[in-house]
Amino acid sequence: MKDFTKGLWEENPVFVGLLGLCSVLAISVSIQNAIGMGVALTFVLVFSNVIISLLKKIIPYEIRIPMYIVIIATLVTIVDMVMNAYLFELHASLGIFIPLIVVNCIILGRAEGFASKNSVSRSFLDGLGMGIGYTLSLIILSLIREILGSGTITIWENIVIDINKLFQDQGTLLLFTDLFLKPSGAFIIFGLLLGVISTIKINRKKKLGDKV
Amino acid sequence: MKELISLAVTAILIENIVLYSFLGICPFLGVSSNKKSAIGMGLAVIFVVTISAVVAWLLYTYILVPFEMVYMKTIVFILVIASLVQIIEILIKKISLSLYKSLGIYLPLITTNCAVLGVATIVASEDYSFIKALVFSFSSAVGFLLVLFIFSTLRQKIATAPVPEGFKGVPISLITAGIMAMIFVRFAGII
Repeated sequence: MKDFTKGLWEENPVFVGLLGLCSVLAISVSIQNAIGMGVALTFVLVFSNVIISLLKKIIPYEIRIPMYIVIIATLVTIVDMVMNAYLFELHASLGIFIPLIVVNCIILGRAEGFASKNSVSRSFLDGLGMGIGYTLSLIILSLIREILGSGTITIWENIVIDINKLFQDQGTLLLFTDLFLKPSGAFIIFGLLLGVISTIKINRKKKLGDKV
Repeated sequence: MKELISLAVTAILIENIVLYSFLGICPFLGVSSNKKSAIGMGLAVIFVVTISAVVAWLLYTYILVPFEMVYMKTIVFILVIASLVQIIEILIKKISLSLYKSLGIYLPLITTNCAVLGVATIVASEDYSFIKALVFSFSSAVGFLLVLFIFSTLRQKIATAPVPEGFKGVPISLITAGIMAMIFVRFAGII
């Protein structure tokens, strides 16, 4: 069970591991994107963990990294083609970040650091936990950026909560700035989030230190 | 010619690979703590990005497209990049040991730098001509070096600035990068 939950908070790949930041910063402009990217990455991560764990005794040690990359690239190609066929618009808005899952450090990191040493079931749980941890972090960041940037919450295609309109109906006019949807907004919001998290951690440590 | 210059300026400044396209963030945050390693990493990236984008373009145009195997591009590109990095590493070691000592340690890191695969994928998907592919990949990598260098000098200043404890390290770097991104977007005015 620990294998599953550690990816959610303790060893969260995004906020603690600082892995795969390229895709996190780039596509977190709407929750729909975050969910799409999260599901794609979780799929690849779970299957690459399971396959690599199954093959760990067969793969020669010297050429393990190329083998992992081929396995991961194959899975990414599957995801890429399926999304292109059934979710065309989402695929277009995620752009090159779907093929770039291949070089996402989270996946190769888990393959090398966990799946190649542990049993299939544990690797499955580890992949699932890390994938969900990644998705949740992505959703948090997208939520903040989308609310501040465009004043909407796009959960899926037509399911949109329009905060802007909600306030306008009551006669209040809120100003939203697309700065937060631009690249600079991604860096700043993510930087602030990380700063707040580590400040909380430091304060908690200090409190514990006082008691001891 | 005019077209090529504007493509180059756009790739270096306006649609900078780090600050606009978010490619290569990991080395950007990891290696940029001192000037010397920033330049070393930047030069290694220019080398690898340009060569691998050109090779990827050739493979894409003359093998994948005629044989209708475009769906294989991700697998082909990543294998090409991984083996190219190995070959470049061996070649540099043969040609100049001093160059190998300054660039060599960054080369293995580059395989998983998403800027390399990213540029190769963009070049293939935009249907650039050969010259355009060459100019685009080279200037994208120059943009990477430029931002990495500027950022490394900024970080040396930040290291001595009174930053709140929780924001030290990566958080303040990200916020600085955000402000830099704002500045770089404004370069759009010069074209």
